[in-house]
Amino acid sequence: MNTKLRRGLRLVRVLLSSQYAYMLEYRAEIALWALSGVLPFIMLGLWSGASGADASNATAELTPLGLDPIALARYFLAVFIVRQFTLVWVIYTFEEDHLQGRLSGYLLQPLAPVWRYVSAHIAEQATRLPFVIALAALFFLLYPAAFWLPSPAALLLAVLAMQLAFALRFLIQFALTTVCFWSERASALERLLFIPYLYLSGLIAPLHLYPEPVRRLALWTPFPYMIAIPAQLLAGEEVDVVASFAVVGCWIAILLPLTLFLWRRGLRKYGAMGA
Amino acid sequence: MAIVDVRGLSKTFRVADKQPGLGGTLRHFVQRRHRLVPAVQDINISIEAGEIVGFLGPNGAGKTTTLKMLTGLIHPSAGSVRVAGHEPFRRQADFLRQITLVMGQKQQLIWDLPPLDSLRVHAAVYGIDTAESKRRITELADMLELDEELTRPVRKLSLGQRMKAELMAALLHQPAVLFLDEPTLGLDVNAQVRVRSFLADYNRRTGATVLLTSHYMGDITALCERVLLIHQGRLFYDGSLEGLTDRLAPCRQVRLELRHALPAQMFESYGSLESQNGNEVRLLIERDQLTRQVGRLLADFDVCDLEVNDPPVEEIIGQLFRQRDAT
Repeated sequence: MNTKLRRGLRLVRVLLSSQYAYMLEYRAEIALWALSGVLPFIMLGLWSGASGADASNATAELTPLGLDPIALARYFLAVFIVRQFTLVWVIYTFEEDHLQGRLSGYLLQPLAPVWRYVSAHIAEQATRLPFVIALAALFFLLYPAAFWLPSPAALLLAVLAMQLAFALRFLIQFALTTVCFWSERASALERLLFIPYLYLSGLIAPLHLYPEPVRRLALWTPFPYMIAIPAQLLAGEEVDVVASFAVVGCWIAILLPLTLFLWRRGLRKYGAMGA
Repeated sequence: MAIVDVRGLSKTFRVADKQPGLGGTLRHFVQRRHRLVPAVQDINISIEAGEIVGFLGPNGAGKTTTLKMLTGLIHPSAGSVRVAGHEPFRRQADFLRQITLVMGQKQQLIWDLPPLDSLRVHAAVYGIDTAESKRRITELADMLELDEELTRPVRKLSLGQRMKAELMAALLHQPAVLFLDEPTLGLDVNAQVRVRSFLADYNRRTGATVLLTSHYMGDITALCERVLLIHQGRLFYDGSLEGLTDRLAPCRQVRLELRHALPAQMFESYGSLESQNGNEVRLLIERDQLTRQVGRLLADFDVCDLEVNDPPVEEIIGQLFRQRDAT
């Protein structure tokens, strides 16, 4: 193994382990964050109530709305899991680092600051893992009929789709984050994006419940690939894998150079305030 | 060749101009007004490798802005900068490996983890292998007298211990150029002395170049032979600290303790009388007259004790800045 590669791997290991140690200091807070991500279960309750479905009953048939109660329960559990591993909060941390002057310290080191934030997110996902497993176990206790184990192939595809979903969300948020170089409060923009994210990602309802034109339009935006598609893959539903991955690839191909461009322009504008 | 070479460096900031009160707030909301504030104007600096240079000026004079341009954090509005053969604002990895910036009031260590964790990250970021980083950590810890503090969370350390740990992190990659912005800010006298002697020692051992800003004259007098004075963004003195004292304080203070009190007029021919308190007399004597007049004083009076002092440097520099303000 050449020296450069060895150093690179060591850097990844050290960054992840130090960020994981840091996150463990806040494990109680992270547990609360994980618990606060129960919106999919609320949506499951709402949809089940509205359509008269009962997922705890293994013999439940299709509801008048045409929903399979077990598929619905699996979908929303998968949404919960996908959300836990694709959460992105870089805009808030970066904004604070920018205002407090910590960013200057990062910029003076031969490592692009973005990698610190990426490693912090990955470490946080690892910290969430036990809470997610515990909540999933609790869910299966309450809805035993909904228990399933995805096939290795489905699991592999779902994990890949989750990684891409995380990359997509991270890139979009990091592009918005660069606005910090021009305006001190870039996080306001993130809140603007929350509305289309909420409606088009599949967080509040499975995509097939949307009117066909809306569903088709949604599939051209990045939002369904952040939740609905990885969740469907995880829940074992049928997904056009090639088309989905191709759309995600296109969005990443657009967002990556755009983010790099904004970052470079932003650095020229950087005033190193608070430093 | 100079390791820091700055030519015609200027930086102008565009800042929002808002009047106080509700009217001012509404006008500011509807039509924002900005004005250009020149923070640094046409600065020329050349620093040779191994020098320790003090960078002095009142608050808002442009010291930190200059340091930010020298480290590549902000782009200059005009002029050229070369540090260690690089243009800093290009932020090339090779340049970043050769410099460090320590900001006294800012911390880079991970707050909730022990300094050793941050040091491990630093070592990995700078590509220092494990054995070498352990050797450097031990060496720096010895020099800075840090031990079990390195395994305690940063938040549990005292300000002095934290500053020393920050210095360790900043120097782990053995930078050739150190930019230190108020490195002893808020430290008690003992900690200040330790940090100063560490910096002097580090400079001696590694031949690193140091550009230091500080409001504590003790830092400057203990470390710097050369000083740069900046006021309202303009550099107006670049030379030795001694030369500054000679230029601005042409007289030295001579304190005499006499066996018997004598009338003031008896000292008129020796220098100007600064004060007299019983047996104690303080005279200001021009430097070129000092030896002759001190000889005369010892011959002419019954002197129990004699002391020759320079006026305090902070007084001289303070006087200089006041003069610049007045002009």
